[in-house]
Amino acid sequence: MAEGQVRKHDYFIADLSPWPFTISVSTFLLAFGLIRWLHEGMPWIFLVGLSGVLYTMFAWWSDVVKESLAGRVTRVVQLNLRYGMLLFIASEIMFFVAFFWAFFDVALFPNDAIQDLRTQKIGGVWPPEGIKTFNPWDLPFINTLILLLSGTTVTWAHHALRENDLQGVKCGLLLSIALGITFTFLQAYEYSHALFGFSGNIYGSVFYMATGFHGFHVIVGTIFLIVCLFRSKLGHFTAREHFGFEAAVWYWHFVDVVWLFLFASVYVWGG
Amino acid sequence: MVTHAADHGQGGYPTGWRRYLFSTNHKDIGTMYLIFGMLNGLIGGALSIVIRMELQNPGLQFFGDPHLFNVFTTAHGLIMLFLMLMPALIGGFGNWFVPLMIGAPDMAFPRLNNVSFWLLPPAALLLFMSLFSEGDSGGSGFGGGWTLYPPLSAGGGPAVDYAILSIHIMGIASLLGSINFITTILNMRAPGMTMHKLPLFAWSLLITSFLLLLSLPVLAGALTMLLTDRNFGTTFFDPSGGGDPLLFQHLFWFFGHPEVYILVLPVFGIVSHIISTFSCKPVFGYLGMVYAMISIGVIGFIVWAHHMYAVGMDVNTQAYFITATIVISVPTGIKIFSWIATMWGGSISFKPPMVWVIGFIFLFTVGGVTGVVLANASINRALHDTYYIVAHFHYVLSLGAVFGLFAGWYYWFPKISGYMYSFFLAHMHFVVQFVGVNMIFFPQHFLGLAGMPRRYIDYPDAFAGWNYISSIGSYVSLLGVLIFLFGVFEAFLRKRPAASNPWGDGANSLEWTLPSPPPFHQFETLPHIK
Repeated sequence: MAEGQVRKHDYFIADLSPWPFTISVSTFLLAFGLIRWLHEGMPWIFLVGLSGVLYTMFAWWSDVVKESLAGRVTRVVQLNLRYGMLLFIASEIMFFVAFFWAFFDVALFPNDAIQDLRTQKIGGVWPPEGIKTFNPWDLPFINTLILLLSGTTVTWAHHALRENDLQGVKCGLLLSIALGITFTFLQAYEYSHALFGFSGNIYGSVFYMATGFHGFHVIVGTIFLIVCLFRSKLGHFTAREHFGFEAAVWYWHFVDVVWLFLFASVYVWGG
Repeated sequence: MVTHAADHGQGGYPTGWRRYLFSTNHKDIGTMYLIFGMLNGLIGGALSIVIRMELQNPGLQFFGDPHLFNVFTTAHGLIMLFLMLMPALIGGFGNWFVPLMIGAPDMAFPRLNNVSFWLLPPAALLLFMSLFSEGDSGGSGFGGGWTLYPPLSAGGGPAVDYAILSIHIMGIASLLGSINFITTILNMRAPGMTMHKLPLFAWSLLITSFLLLLSLPVLAGALTMLLTDRNFGTTFFDPSGGGDPLLFQHLFWFFGHPEVYILVLPVFGIVSHIISTFSCKPVFGYLGMVYAMISIGVIGFIVWAHHMYAVGMDVNTQAYFITATIVISVPTGIKIFSWIATMWGGSISFKPPMVWVIGFIFLFTVGGVTGVVLANASINRALHDTYYIVAHFHYVLSLGAVFGLFAGWYYWFPKISGYMYSFFLAHMHFVVQFVGVNMIFFPQHFLGLAGMPRRYIDYPDAFAGWNYISSIGSYVSLLGVLIFLFGVFEAFLRKRPAASNPWGDGANSLEWTLPSPPPFHQFETLPHIK
């Protein structure tokens, strides 16, 4: 729009975009459908909303990629994106704070004097009486090593990209993605062998909520890395300009660090 | 301040419904936010009038089912905070004036900006659907209060789930908005505008955005746990499964306390600009004002449990929260005194925005003083959940923040619309509103001190007198709102064109260098700040 004007700044002035509005409609269907599903067992509206959200995300990000290829992402716009991604990760950290808070609220004070009913239920100890926890130095430790290793392979890919070594980028990314998927499968395997459930007891509630929310982030991060793999094959990244890739790396490291805290507190100290 | 004004071209811009639904323009999005806030303000206000009509006399007047009364108070709180004040102050004025003040052509993420707005209508719709679906205790709607404490929110029908998901969506909207504001303010200031030259309104939005960014996700976590407790049998807040209902209160108020500063910090910014404009003086102690706001923001994160003195915390914890809470009155005092010092010796003109701001300073100070009283756990034990609390938070929010909102409206309306409103109607609005709100809420201090608890549909005859006066006050303030609406209508009817700077030499932030209304895209050439 505003044809024929000379713009003397490098900021991004976006064209009209239908995606904010479509995401608004699909979010409503998603939320409304979720409640219908929970209370009446009808998942259809939820699924329509979910596909709307997913389609919008795909279409929107495709627009962003097109704009970047068209050279509209100037240096200052790139800096904007950096700020945006860092702030998003900061908010995600605070999301995890809520679940860690729930964990420490009960794990640090299992026999709090004013929490009489709770003390009776869990026997005044952590982990609660009758809960058989995982041995942290078994599968959880292997998972820790896998995630840490994937952090190094993703750094390998990053350095290879800066050296214009596309073969190295592909190798590093493929390995990171494979490790991420392995982590998710091992986590699912661990869940399926757990001797406690999600509902009815506080140990299972905090355990599955914290690790499950983390697992969801691993899946999102893996998808992010897969997108980067395809984009690097299409030649979207250059040795100097590859913020989409860097954002994926930041996100992956964030997921990694959260796991270390989960492993140390939930599995080792609280197990 | 500006060495060379920007040349702004009036290019072709989109028209029709696509201009708004698909918008990527900060001013259009700001306008949608303002209209949305105004509509919800009317709905939330109507609910409060019905509440006061019910409480006008002892006994039951209108509500057959007391549960419905609680639904009204719950909805009134949620609508006024999340769908009126936040959209209008942060989304409306923030969107309109942060880019203009810092000399930026638009926000950093224009499409994200539109998501932030367009997530609000579905959130509002879900909240209204909550009112009409089955809630706790059999009736329709959720009546457990805006704080959604379990176990009140742990059982019952889908009404609570609607409310939870509605707040979730509002949270996502605010989160995206705050990321946008922080990025814009940190990275898109005009050349030469250092952080210590940043206008105070932009500073206030920056701090507000950080509070939102760091506190909202914690609320989202709490709501997620509440949702799984209700629907998947987890026991986070259920002691019989080893959970802890107080955990929810901690998580809620870890968000809830910063939230009250989120509501009032933008107003602090607006007030500073208006006082400086109409006193024809720069703000007294600019740096002090900036760092006072930062301190309020930081300390605001570590005082949350003063909302929970009555839950059985140990004495040392209470002593800590008393101290931290009272410490907040220091930076707040710095702001109040700096405003007064800005007026001191200035050439003051009592135009409508200034009158509203002086009203704000008085009302906010009253609310602040009762806040210092309530900060003490010992006194708080007697006043907890009484009308004294209701009076306190309405003085800081409904009178403080809302008066700041109206001040901002009368300050910027000419800039936004391009039309001048009638000063007579604006002054009349102020007088009626000021009398009305004080009549509503000042007597509630006495009711609270006498022990009248909040959230009850009925009360003993002893409380009848002040309740009657309080209800009359709410009709007076309704009249004020009608005058306000008529004033808006009159301004658009008469179409008196507003100059680019109608307020004279005192108004020296960048938005006054642009025509009223500003062009669709401003600052095609960035301004340089000396």
